Amino acid sequence: MGRFKALLSHQIQLMFIAPSTYVAAFLFLSFMALMYLLCVEEISSSTTAISPMETFLSTFWVPVLFMVPLLTMRSLAEERRMGTLGALMSTPVSAWQIVLSKYLACYIFYILLWSLTLAYPLILFFSLPQAASDERIFSWPQMFTGYSFIFASGAMYVAIGIFSSSLTRSTLVAGMLSFCILFLAIVGVGMMMKLAPETESAWGTYMAGAADYLQPFRQLEDFSASIFDTRPFFLYFSATVLLFAITSLITEAKS
Amino acid sequence: MQEIPETQTQSALIVRRLTKSYGAIKAIDNVSFRVAKGEILGFLGPNGAGKSTTMRIIAGLSQATSGTVDVCGISVALYPDKAKSHIGFMPENNPLPEDVRVLEYLRYRARLKGLDGRRLAERVDEVMDICQLRHKAARKIIGNLSKGFKQRVGIADAILAEPDLIIMDEPTIGLDPHQIIAIRELIKSLRGRMAVIISSHILPEIELVCDRAIIINQGCVVASGSPEALRREFLPMNRHKVSLKLQPDEFGKRLKNILPKADFSVDAELADADGYYRYTVKTPLEESAGEKLVREFSSTPECCLREVALDKPSLEEVFMAATRRSWEQVMKKPAKE
Repeated sequence: MGRFKALLSHQIQLMFIAPSTYVAAFLFLSFMALMYLLCVEEISSSTTAISPMETFLSTFWVPVLFMVPLLTMRSLAEERRMGTLGALMSTPVSAWQIVLSKYLACYIFYILLWSLTLAYPLILFFSLPQAASDERIFSWPQMFTGYSFIFASGAMYVAIGIFSSSLTRSTLVAGMLSFCILFLAIVGVGMMMKLAPETESAWGTYMAGAADYLQPFRQLEDFSASIFDTRPFFLYFSATVLLFAITSLITEAKS
Repeated sequence: MQEIPETQTQSALIVRRLTKSYGAIKAIDNVSFRVAKGEILGFLGPNGAGKSTTMRIIAGLSQATSGTVDVCGISVALYPDKAKSHIGFMPENNPLPEDVRVLEYLRYRARLKGLDGRRLAERVDEVMDICQLRHKAARKIIGNLSKGFKQRVGIADAILAEPDLIIMDEPTIGLDPHQIIAIRELIKSLRGRMAVIISSHILPEIELVCDRAIIINQGCVVASGSPEALRREFLPMNRHKVSLKLQPDEFGKRLKNILPKADFSVDAELADADGYYRYTVKTPLEESAGEKLVREFSSTPECCLREVALDKPSLEEVFMAATRRSWEQVMKKPAKE
C-alpha cells in the first residue's frame, strides 16, 4: 500500500508540473464558462422550464474530446519513450499498480476540473442576485444526477485515454488515438444508428435497442431529468475495469 | 560450460541454463553463471550478444523461455516482487524523468523500494554523499544535469535500498575520462558490500574494476573467469617487447639460439630515428623469456639494448580471441551436420 501511495502521489505531482495539464485546464474552463454563459442567455430570453445546467451538461462531449487526450496522452507513452517504465518495473511494484496510479491521477484531475464548473451557478448567483429566485439556476437533484453521469462516464473516458497511451511511444499518436476512440464512443454510436437502414426484424430491433442503450446522450437525457439509472454506471464501471486490465497487460508486456 | 555448485549460501545470483527465444531465434541459449556476494562481475559481449536480454531477465523485466534465475536464493520468476527488493537495476542509457529534482526523485524511488520514515531520509542523504550529489545537485532538476551527474543519480538509485545485487548496463557510456574515473571509483567502493554486474564495451574499464568477467557471444557464455585466468585460457603465451639496435635477420638468429620455441614480429620494418628496432617476442607460458632476453642482448654492447618489457595481452585481445573461437565453433557446426 505504501508503494502504491508513493506512485499515486508522484503521478499527481507530475500531473501538476506538466504544462499540458494547465493547457487542458485553461481550455476546458474557458470553453465551459462560455457554454454556461450562452446557456444562461438562451434560458433568460425564453419561458421554457429547461435549466441552464441541463443545456450546459449536454455539451459535455466537446471538452471531453480534447481534455481527456491532453490529460492522458503522456502517462504511459512518455514513460515508454523515455525508458523510465523499465526502471519503474525493476522496483517491487506491479504493472497494475503503475497503471492504476496513472489512471487515478488523471481521473482525480478530471473530477477536479468538472467540480470547478460548479462555481458557474455560484458566480451567477452572486453577480445577478435577481436571478437567485429563479428555480432553474439551482436545481439540486438535476445537478446531482447530471454530475454523477459526468463522473461515471469520465471514468471510462479516462480509461480510454490511458489505454491509448499504453499502445504507443509517441504522445502525439496516443493523443490522436485517444481522440478517435473517444469520438467513436461518444458520437459514433449515434451516427451509426442514424446511418443504419431501418429494419423491422427482431435482430435489428434488438441491435437498435442495444445501440440506444450505449448512447451517452440518451443516458444524459435521463440523468438531466433527475432520473438516477444504475445501468449506465454498470456499463461504465465494467468498461473501465476491462480497459484497465488490458492496459495493465500491455504495460507489463511492453516494459 | 561452467558448472554451478549446489551451495547457494554465498551466492548473490545464480543463473541456470537460461534460454530466451523470440520465435525461432535464440537471444540467449543455455546461459549459466553465478555471482558471489560482494563480487564485481564484468559482462562482456559484442552488440546483440544477449547481454541486455540476460540483464533484463535477471532484473525481472522479461521472462525467460526456460531456465532459472535466483537472487539471494529467491526465484525471480516465482517471486518477482520479493526478488526485485534484492536488486538495484540501472538500465542502459540510464533513463530518468526530466522534470523532477534529484532529491524528490531519490525520495520517491526510496519509497517504491520500501524505505520509509527516518530510514528513508538517512539513506537518501547517505547515497547522495556516496555519489557526491548532496551539495552540487540535490536541488537541481534532473533534466538540467550533465551526463556524469545523471549517471551518478542512476547509481544512487541503484544502491539506494542497499540491495544484494546491483546490475548496471553500460554505466560509463558517453562519459568523459574524469567522469569515468569517478564512476569507476564509486563502483570499486561497493566491492565486498554488494554484488555488482557491469555490462560494458569499454574493456579496460572492466579489467580495472571487475574481479571476474564473463564473455558472451551469440547468446552463449564463451568464457568466464578472472582477467588473468582468461588470458591463460585464450592467449596461452608470454609476450615481450624488445627494443634494441639489431637488424631483424640477426635478431631472429640469436633469438632461436636462446629460445627455440619463440616466435617474433617486427613492430616497425624500419629503425626509428635513433636506429632502434622494436620487436614483439612470443614464447610459451612455461618459458621465462625475460631473463634470457636481457642476458643475451645486454652481453653484446653493440646491440644497445634499450628495453625488454613483459606485455600482458589486454582484455580486448582476450575478448577478440574468445569471440573468434566461438564464431569458429558456430561455423564448424553446419559442416559437421
